[in-house]
Amino acid sequence: MGLKRGHQAHPIEWLVERGIFLVATTAILMVFLIFVFVAREALPVFLGQTNSSLVQEVLPVEKMNTLTPVELQKYLGLSAKQYRELDRESIRALMEVKIEGATEASHDKDAGLNTTAWRYLIGPHQWTGYERPAYIWQPVSQIHKYNIVPLLIGSLKVTLVALLFSVPLALGAAIYVSQLASTRAREWLKPSIELLAGIPSVVLGFFALLVLATLLQKLFGYQGRLNALVAGVALGLAVIPVVFSIAEDALSSVPRSYTQAALALGSSRWQTAWQIVLPAALPGVFAAVVLGFGRAMGETMVVLMASGNASIVSGSIFDSTRTITATIAAELAETVFGGHHYRVLFMLGTLLFIITFVSNLAAGQVITHLKSRMEGKR
Amino acid sequence: MSATASTAPALRPFRSRRFDLASFVFSGLTGLATFLIIAILLVILGNVIYSGGASLSWRFITSGTESDMFDVRKAGVLPMIIGTTARVLLMTIFVLPVGVITAIYLTEYAASTSRFTRVIRSAINNLAGVPSIVFGLFGLGFFINFIGQHLDGVLHGTDTVWGKPALVWASLTLAVMTLPVVVVATEESLRAIPSGLREASLALGATKLQTIAKIVLPQALPGILTGAILAISRAAGEVAPILFTGAAYYMADLPTRLSDQFMDLGYHVFILSTQSPDIEKTRPILYATVLVLLLLTIALNVVAIFVRARMRRNLRMLQ
Amino acid sequence: MTEKSSPQIALPKVAATSGAADAAPVIIKVRELSLFYGAAQALNQISIAIRKNLVTAFIGPSGCGKSTLLRCFNRMNDLIDNVRIEGQVEINGEDIYSKEVHLIELRKQVGMVFQRSNPFPKSIFENIAYALRLHGTTRRAELEEIVERSLRQAALWDEVKDRLHTSALGLSGGQQQRLCIARAIAIRPEIILMDEPASALDPLATARIEELILELKRDFTIVIVTHNMQQAARISDHTAFFYLGRLVEYDATTKIFTHPAVKQTEDYVTGRFG
Repeated sequence: MGLKRGHQAHPIEWLVERGIFLVATTAILMVFLIFVFVAREALPVFLGQTNSSLVQEVLPVEKMNTLTPVELQKYLGLSAKQYRELDRESIRALMEVKIEGATEASHDKDAGLNTTAWRYLIGPHQWTGYERPAYIWQPVSQIHKYNIVPLLIGSLKVTLVALLFSVPLALGAAIYVSQLASTRAREWLKPSIELLAGIPSVVLGFFALLVLATLLQKLFGYQGRLNALVAGVALGLAVIPVVFSIAEDALSSVPRSYTQAALALGSSRWQTAWQIVLPAALPGVFAAVVLGFGRAMGETMVVLMASGNASIVSGSIFDSTRTITATIAAELAETVFGGHHYRVLFMLGTLLFIITFVSNLAAGQVITHLKSRMEGKR
Repeated sequence: MSATASTAPALRPFRSRRFDLASFVFSGLTGLATFLIIAILLVILGNVIYSGGASLSWRFITSGTESDMFDVRKAGVLPMIIGTTARVLLMTIFVLPVGVITAIYLTEYAASTSRFTRVIRSAINNLAGVPSIVFGLFGLGFFINFIGQHLDGVLHGTDTVWGKPALVWASLTLAVMTLPVVVVATEESLRAIPSGLREASLALGATKLQTIAKIVLPQALPGILTGAILAISRAAGEVAPILFTGAAYYMADLPTRLSDQFMDLGYHVFILSTQSPDIEKTRPILYATVLVLLLLTIALNVVAIFVRARMRRNLRMLQ
Repeated sequence: MTEKSSPQIALPKVAATSGAADAAPVIIKVRELSLFYGAAQALNQISIAIRKNLVTAFIGPSGCGKSTLLRCFNRMNDLIDNVRIEGQVEINGEDIYSKEVHLIELRKQVGMVFQRSNPFPKSIFENIAYALRLHGTTRRAELEEIVERSLRQAALWDEVKDRLHTSALGLSGGQQQRLCIARAIAIRPEIILMDEPASALDPLATARIEELILELKRDFTIVIVTHNMQQAARISDHTAFFYLGRLVEYDATTKIFTHPAVKQTEDYVTGRFG
């Protein structure tokens, strides 16, 4: 009897199982690849190898005959492929353009700055034509100003508005649906609220642009139609289903024995919900809010369409605002492949990836910590 | 110790309770929050259906945008419907096998406590949290600038065929984005299958793989279907990931090859809302386009909700 | 006394051992109580009267309705959908299913201990203080005093007095269950319902709970559902035997275990079925 025929007898099965294992690693591979390939395009910025200075050492056109192709390609700032596609005439033209640009730009005292250096990316600078040192994001014309502070403030401001609007609503609804509503009402309330997640963000952006902006302007009577408030409220609509779903799950997975014990002691339904169920579900509720934060920071289309997109440093929610995501979406298509603007935008993408990655991880850590504390392991 | 024997508290009537204001306020506020969310949902849907329904016509969904993109009487959305459908179907082909196999590994093979399983899980969670615009950057940096350009280097010399935005790259980018959706939905349905079923099959002498293929997977089919529908619905409305990986502002021809760019419903909504020279003139076509997009995504969501509800009921009966 | 006498309320009369027991006033009076889960009938025309400051045990095979009946006394069945109740339950002469009855007042006066201990994920102190705060005790000194008294009464004080502020979930199963009892008695109910309170515990922990029940009898009326025949014999004054949703026999415990009037009861207590 072949009782010992194990895997050796099924080489195909063994192979398939190996294959399943390999495919299962795809998710890990993808997270890794996302980080590597977004960061790869931004690497020169992190290493300080990009240079946006217009005053560079200029070579006379005749030099093109004495330089090696590699040196020439590097001087002109081209990729190997782009360089291969050029004939000698075009190269000569490019060299002339470079000389022209350098002489033209040298009138401005800022022209010699490498604006992609970290001190300009995050610190204020006294630009020509400004009264005092300022944080400016203005990657246009000759001197590209790449200060990311206005964008960070913009993202955080819109996110804050979104969370202030959506978290109370979503948590209130989660408590109502999981604790107070009748079974029958719960059966249609939960999917209805989650249907909000089915509305594409571009539609929310459209709604904010055409309906919400007018409505809020009438309500508050401010000047510009599009601002952080409009974008934040619309963004809140995208955040509500995220927070609701996770919080509702957390609340309804609190053991029934807690609820029963509390009710048997004579607590009312709301006391049970507020004093027993909510504290027990707190890790889940916390995770819901953190994931809501991540969603708000990362959402693109809503803010691109509804925030007004002016990159100004301002604390007012009635001012037009530009976020990190909207900046990438709006500007990447117009950049030169491999240029400093392109690389700075990928740097913003890397930053965004790190922010969401860390907030996800932190949420996970806090949840494990709180859970072990609740289970009496402290 | 209260040694005063048999001093049970004196009789108190059960009815002496005042109106419970706190209870009223609490239920009122949470109920109001619920009501507000539903109301907002209805306002959005109602607004789009009411205003979009007026300009929606058969001609609108069966013709292209040859003459004037912003005029509802002349333009249509057929190329966008085709583009969106194509990228979403292609994405499903990419994501479904990978997602289902990952879920199978997690439920049927992996030890739930092993470090490796934990890493896969946290990778899936993190993937779900990556902003959609970052997926767009990834698609550009990895699929187009890395894979595409290397493909061109090998296949086409100096021609650029794959090293530029294309249908296949947009679909692959979306597939990476929706992987967690498929894994989570499939895993849920796999976990709900009673282990007795697997044991019965194994006890009959079936191998693990046979058990999975013949017993487990058929039971999990509704879950896999739900995952696929949710992934499609999520991807159909996403614009940010395809901004740099495949969507085109305008194309004279429909996409026929994997390396072609395409027009897209969601991207078209974005263009119509932000690039129009006269928003009042554009309003009708904008509403109609949004309605088409919403019908597509919401309908898919509703189907997913029903399939899932039925699946859960059936599984409860099984247990 | 038997199911035949259903219009009459079953009430043990025979003064077999404890003469005083039968003199005690009736505190719970159930009249022709039927309960349905949807179409399925779980309780069938139950009439029973339970006396004050005694331990009354409900016994019977699984699914006989004893736990369901217990949960009618503090209306915990209200939490389940599709439940329909007919008949009357009076506590201290008041119909607890009448519309004006406030559930919270009822449950404050009719405490409950569950089969599986269910402390809240809070500290030991907070578990008891929670119940007290619910009903208006907020002064710290008073809270501390009642927490200590309740824990002493539940014979748990000496084991936990040094770690009152650590999580209750770190206690052993038996300690958790005694904490739940302490929590229930802290708000001074009149009646304590116990739904197989020791079934998940080891013999040693069970013995401690039983001791505790005999202690508590002086201050509270206790109704206990149990699967364990010896337990019912050891701790209860009166025993009611249920079968298939009916009350079969109700009498002094010694009578039930020595000279049961009905054959079914005898078969069950001697272990011939069940």
